[in-house]
Amino acid sequence: MWSFFHKLASPKHFYRIAGAWIPWLGGITLLLMVVGLYLGLWVAPPDYQQGDSYRIMFVHVPAAWMSLFIYVFMAVCGGIGLIWNMKMADIMAMTSAPIGASFTFLALVTGSIWGKPMWGTWWVWDARLTSELILLFLYLGYIALQNAIEDPRTAARAGAILAIVGSVNIPIIHYSVEWWNTLHQGPTVTRMDKPAIHSSMLWPLLLMALAFQLYFFTLLLMRARVELLYRERRSRWVRELMGNLQPSPLSNNREVI
Amino acid sequence: MASRPLSAFWAILRRDLLLAFRHRGELANPLLFFLMIVSLYPLGISPEPDLLRAIAPGAVWIAALLSALFSMENLFRGDFQDGTLEQIALSPQPLPLLLAAKILAHWLVSGLPMILMAPVLALLLSMPAAATWALVYTLALGTPLLSLIGAVGTALTVGLKRGGVLLTLLVMPLYIPILIFATNAVSAAAAGLPISGQLYFLAALLVLALTLSPLAIAAAVRISLG
Repeated sequence: MWSFFHKLASPKHFYRIAGAWIPWLGGITLLLMVVGLYLGLWVAPPDYQQGDSYRIMFVHVPAAWMSLFIYVFMAVCGGIGLIWNMKMADIMAMTSAPIGASFTFLALVTGSIWGKPMWGTWWVWDARLTSELILLFLYLGYIALQNAIEDPRTAARAGAILAIVGSVNIPIIHYSVEWWNTLHQGPTVTRMDKPAIHSSMLWPLLLMALAFQLYFFTLLLMRARVELLYRERRSRWVRELMGNLQPSPLSNNREVI
Repeated sequence: MASRPLSAFWAILRRDLLLAFRHRGELANPLLFFLMIVSLYPLGISPEPDLLRAIAPGAVWIAALLSALFSMENLFRGDFQDGTLEQIALSPQPLPLLLAAKILAHWLVSGLPMILMAPVLALLLSMPAAATWALVYTLALGTPLLSLIGAVGTALTVGLKRGGVLLTLLVMPLYIPILIFATNAVSAAAAGLPISGQLYFLAALLVLALTLSPLAIAAAVRISLG
């Protein structure tokens, strides 16, 4: 078990293992998404109040869940990178940020599209939309910080601090904004006793959530592989992989990472 | 020996205050900035007293956020450039404590004057007396928070060439809860409602930031020093 994790932490093995996992993860993602969309868009009955327009929920809600999940994931990876100096954790944290920002953006756009027929406007300063917008700002700040620092090691460590501070702040932001103004419909799934949502709508929602989750991991592994190749471009195994063992003329005075 | 970290704390505090006092001209800049932003509101929106009264809490607090951010940039920059920050980091005393001294000194010269100036601004925006007091209370609890949270961002960006805009991007979202609670307290006070709830929230956030942020700032400073 532990040796497996140690192997995952080494770039070369990670590259190989991730490469083997990607088709499987991608395949399951596709399958779940097709089934979830079919159940959500065709099988689930129209809502008695919102008609068919509620069906955007099957994209909106999982995207919003992912936006929060990825931020926490980023902070945890950042923490691991900070404490145990693991290069792979740094790469994971760094590469998941744009994906998280995209999910946040998707949640905002779908929320806005859903809001148009329900609330009558594209944008309201509703608490959850607002905290989602602030989350997007947090992601963009993280990405901007990553871009501003040239040395990848320093960038990862600085980003980790920012992500950890941000994740301490997310609940505070969320509840302060909620308290400030709310119009959004209450949570219908997370009530533990009995969700206030019918199972014909709950199942597609959960399937879509799982599909989005796996989609994230598929994308993450793909991006991490690319980033890894770039960072390790001067190391022996990458050059063997790419089929040129001659040292590149540009790499003479740069240290081998 | 037990008092060594504390005496280092006082030494840094005294040094930073002295340095600030030697550059008296620069001290006024964030305050002028604060005053100017607030005076832009009547010019840009309307000099109508009723309207001003309605937007006053937000106007003053947004100006306070901006001016805190503006003054934040100089918190570590000079010490970073001349190597003092590195010496502080190398000292055997706990780095979070020493940086807390720097932040306290910075707050004394930039945050405290803002609180003292708040009644004047309240007058300009024709705020009622109760709201003026609420403004002073919220600024008293809020400006140290702005300094503590802003210092994390400043410490992360101090080594970068153009950290200014980036600092705003990093720190602004983290300032939002403070803005919400503070402006809500001032509006509630203007309407004659009790504001102890909002003040408790701000105080709780301040205690939390006081406990945790020096650690984050110290870690960030070490990263920026490389």
